[in-house]
Amino acid sequence: MSAGKDRGAAPVVVASDVRMGYNGVQVLNGVNLTVAPGEVSCIIGPSGSGKSTFLRCVNGLEPVLGGSLRVLGEEVGHTLRDGRYHPWTPKEFAAFRRNIGMVFQRFNLFAHQSALENVACGPVHVLGMSQDRARTLAMEHLDRVGLADHAHKRPHQLSGGQQQRVAIARALAMKPTLMLFDEPTSALDPELVDEVLEVMKGLAAEGMTMVVVTHEIAFAREVGDRLTFFADGVVVEEGRPRDLLAAPEHERTRAFLSSVQ
Amino acid sequence: MRTEPIVDGAGTPVPVARAWHWGRWVAAAVALVVAGWLAYLVVVNPRLDWDKVAEYLFNERILSGVWVTIEISVLATALGLVLGVLVAVMRLAQNPVLSGLATFYIWFFRGTPVLVQLIFWYNLAFLFPELVLKIPFTAIGLKWDTNQVMTGFTSAMLGLGLNLAAYFAETVRAGIQAVDRGQTEAAYSLGMTPAKRMRVIVLPQALRIIIPPTGNEFISMLKTTSLVYVVAGHDLMTNASQIYKANNRIMELLIVASVWYMLMTAVATFLQGRLERRFGSDAVRLVRGGGVAAKVLPKVAA
Repeated sequence: MSAGKDRGAAPVVVASDVRMGYNGVQVLNGVNLTVAPGEVSCIIGPSGSGKSTFLRCVNGLEPVLGGSLRVLGEEVGHTLRDGRYHPWTPKEFAAFRRNIGMVFQRFNLFAHQSALENVACGPVHVLGMSQDRARTLAMEHLDRVGLADHAHKRPHQLSGGQQQRVAIARALAMKPTLMLFDEPTSALDPELVDEVLEVMKGLAAEGMTMVVVTHEIAFAREVGDRLTFFADGVVVEEGRPRDLLAAPEHERTRAFLSSVQ
Repeated sequence: MRTEPIVDGAGTPVPVARAWHWGRWVAAAVALVVAGWLAYLVVVNPRLDWDKVAEYLFNERILSGVWVTIEISVLATALGLVLGVLVAVMRLAQNPVLSGLATFYIWFFRGTPVLVQLIFWYNLAFLFPELVLKIPFTAIGLKWDTNQVMTGFTSAMLGLGLNLAAYFAETVRAGIQAVDRGQTEAAYSLGMTPAKRMRVIVLPQALRIIIPPTGNEFISMLKTTSLVYVVAGHDLMTNASQIYKANNRIMELLIVASVWYMLMTAVATFLQGRLERRFGSDAVRLVRGGGVAAKVLPKVAA
């Protein structure tokens, strides 16, 4: 499960001492984490440990308040110019996010659009592609997640698993170099989890760089190249999934793993 | 109400007696008597000349007044809707100056009576005798006499439109805020700018929530236009009042005007019903479509 993985190449994500908080509550207390190209990096941890917040920092949905977070070679939220870091404009944030796909826990499909329109939306409105080309492209991506037959349904007519697959297709239609998954199966009924995980496995096999916040330990073991355990806003330990799951070094990791397995 | 006999323990069907609800009959009778008596007093009143009502119902000036009332209502509503969206977006802007100005606009136009605003626009010439549109520091430009621009019609349209915008902005704001936050995050994650997110993702969804109440705004606008008679806007009320000032048939002409207002309201209500059927169910789905509510509600129900 490591088609394009290359830990020698320039990393896609480098977090050093990333800190973040709001309303006086510290959420991230200095996160250190590296994601290499083609790597599937899974993040687990108890709720409130800051794993989702960290993921949202990676594509700039939440601001980093301390440390350094470099994604795709850029310091997220700032550009170095004349010896100082200048905050990004909304346009610069938008340009940065074009290369990063994000899949949300609650799918967040555009409720007023059909599945096809959802997938075509980014190419049309962000990349300026023609309607015809975008629809052809969208159809290919829907077909790939097995939903070509449902292209003209609205989100509320689809099951949770189908909605999440449309959401993945929507992100992929932008041809991202990095995919972020924020607990993609946590809002699904148990029998719908596998269809989403299958799509993600296929993506990993193709060498997509992925950061996956998840509670699916089995998925992490099978597909993940790295596994990181978060608690209280820091990385408690990380390693190859098999090693970490078989022999966690820290007491917190052991306690968490025994509670979820 | 059950009519099917109840089968008792021995297997015999026993008929069910009818409930009479005496209280309902008495209340209905009293209400009918009172309402009928009031209607009788008006209808058979010898001082009321029903022939005059019939005569003026299709009077040329009344009909042209009806038309002007519809024109003012439609134009003022259109102005109010466009401006209302703009004010609402400003109100929600990050920029404190824009949002402050929008808040002030809403407060000012909701805080002063429409009547005052109408008279103000009509008399704008006291403040600015001429309206000038020109390139600064040059002589190139256009100039109008304020009194010729601010006719009863234009001041009515401006006054009612600007006023509606203030109320409508609050409706739009509620609509925008009802769109799930996740929609915005998904739009951003695709690489949209805040403006594009608003235009492509949020507003189309908000409008489905906002459109049904606009029917109400329009119906209320139809009747608010009657205030235009203070600035002689040649609307239904203005023309009716000019006729009764000449012939002193005040009650008859008020009835004529009311009949037309009620007819216009009936048509508008019918259209509103269609609008709500078209958008109403969608709006419910959109609000329930995601977010915390969708997650919590089924669990509570179960």
